[in-house]
Amino acid sequence: MLRFTIRRLFQVIPTIIAVAMLIFIIFSVIPGSFASSLMSDGKTASDPEMIARLNEQFGLDKPVYERFGTYLVGLAKLDLGTSFRTREPVTKVINDRIWASLKLAIAAMVLAVVIGVPLGFIAALKPGSLLDSITMIGAVSGLSLPQFWLGLLLMYLFALILGWLPSFGYGGGDFKYLILPAITLGVTPLALLARTTRAGVLEIMNEDFIRTAQSKGMSNSRMIRWHLTRNVMVLVVTTIGLQFGSMMGQAVVIEKLFAWPGIGSLLVDSVSIRDIPVVQGTILVIVLWFLLINTFVDIIYAAIDPRIKQT
Amino acid sequence: MTDAPLIQLKNVHVGIPSRRNALSIVKDVSFSIMPGEAFGLVGESGSGKSLTALSLIRLLKKPLKVTQGEILFKGKNLRDLSDRAMRDMRGDRIAMIFQEPMTALNPLKTVGRQIAEMFVLHRGKGWHEAEKMAVDALASVQVPAPEERVRAYPHQMSGGMRQRVMIAIALACDPDLLIADEPTTALDVTVQDEVLKLIAELCAARGTAVLMISHDLGVIANMCQRVGVMYSGRLVEERATYDIFANPQHPYTKGLLGALPRLGSRHGAGGRQRLVDIDSLIADKESLLQEFCYEPRNSIRDPRVRAGASV
Repeated sequence: MLRFTIRRLFQVIPTIIAVAMLIFIIFSVIPGSFASSLMSDGKTASDPEMIARLNEQFGLDKPVYERFGTYLVGLAKLDLGTSFRTREPVTKVINDRIWASLKLAIAAMVLAVVIGVPLGFIAALKPGSLLDSITMIGAVSGLSLPQFWLGLLLMYLFALILGWLPSFGYGGGDFKYLILPAITLGVTPLALLARTTRAGVLEIMNEDFIRTAQSKGMSNSRMIRWHLTRNVMVLVVTTIGLQFGSMMGQAVVIEKLFAWPGIGSLLVDSVSIRDIPVVQGTILVIVLWFLLINTFVDIIYAAIDPRIKQT
Repeated sequence: MTDAPLIQLKNVHVGIPSRRNALSIVKDVSFSIMPGEAFGLVGESGSGKSLTALSLIRLLKKPLKVTQGEILFKGKNLRDLSDRAMRDMRGDRIAMIFQEPMTALNPLKTVGRQIAEMFVLHRGKGWHEAEKMAVDALASVQVPAPEERVRAYPHQMSGGMRQRVMIAIALACDPDLLIADEPTTALDVTVQDEVLKLIAELCAARGTAVLMISHDLGVIANMCQRVGVMYSGRLVEERATYDIFANPQHPYTKGLLGALPRLGSRHGAGGRQRLVDIDSLIADKESLLQEFCYEPRNSIRDPRVRAGASV
């Protein structure tokens, strides 16, 4: 098990390098630079001499491959460079923001798992019932609602009309401020989990070994505990992993909407002024998060399903 | 052997109940099995063999139901039992082995655990003791190194070994009746023979009655004292095994025996004999609704058959 874990962790490294390279290429191709975004006020043409000087200062005059090489060397030493804007190390900039993001992602995921999985389970055990219909209609709605719009709607209802919750901001970590963004971010994975769980339960119910379990003479509740839950979990864990992994990326819009000081809003702000080291850093963190969650899911898999260890 | 039958089916109908146009799939089947006797049910796919077996153990899937008739087990009608009483009967007094050993076991649980469930369910043992008993159960079905094999998962075993595990599960609580639904169809020919012998030996030693379902007349001939031939939901002939091979009465039985390839039977112009097949398709829904359903197979026209009765 330990060897499996270590091997999986090492497989993350080439992906990280590939992602870093991709970001480098994209930002060397798209127009605009930090220097020009700093200089231009939209009226006067920017001074080319000034831009050249700024580019030299940030090392942007060097060719892409050289900058990439320097970047990789820094990366190996866990140095992500220095922010153009604040002149602080990128690691510090990210460290200031990531905890807010993690808090939001975990809150949203807990919400999705705690409600979505049991709901899907119950719906599947009584297919065609009222609860099943309501759950599935809710799930389809939850999946098709644009998060951005849902966020605005919640803001309007709970902050503006009812006045129960603050509409946006971090509030120094106050729990009240977490509720609306977490619900907004959690609705999609919740709906998806309810659906996957329901489908998973129905699928396993049709398996031959469930018939075997019945022929052994066990009650339904024992059959669910002994033979259904764990088999369904194999399917559900995949969805949980994928959703939790992509949550940092999904949170970008939500964080911006609720003025949540996470790395999502940091990313949007940094892209607009071409603060490339910060952009690279945040994207790398988002990707790393995804990879780590998925590695973790693979390890859980191996713990649940004995067939996986062999491969 | 006593004179009272262990299980007796009286005019059993299995079908889909509906107010109009109710469809019977198994029609008017009656037979009985004495304690310790091996009874065979043969017939082609779709003839209702498996449904008859599942109706015995009350595991028919909705919307299928036993619509008429009595199923007497030791004189008690199983149709009158509460779900709970039937559950206690299943596995303990009436056990079943299924066709597909590859999927009939839960892939996420050790085979030892899956055998041990029987002792927990029907003997009130704790898991620890039950798993010790599972070792003996596995040894009794001649699985080598049972102390180690109890810790194996189904995917680590061959089909034949898995079917042995299924037999160990089925016979764990010394049932009075073992229903074996095509237990060897999915296995290699060489393994088939071993598994059949094992079932025959174990059941003979314990005095367990067997209901052997197969489309393979050879299997039935080796295993069973009496045999029933099913065709499109009816039991068309039921006699001692020897009689049925020596002197088949019903045209379908004759057809079935005629379709058996025989070693060394070469005569005719080319030195070869064509294998006789049974004309036409399995009776479809339309002809199922008719009182008599051998009609579509026009190669056999026998006035007795047209009367719709068994011969």
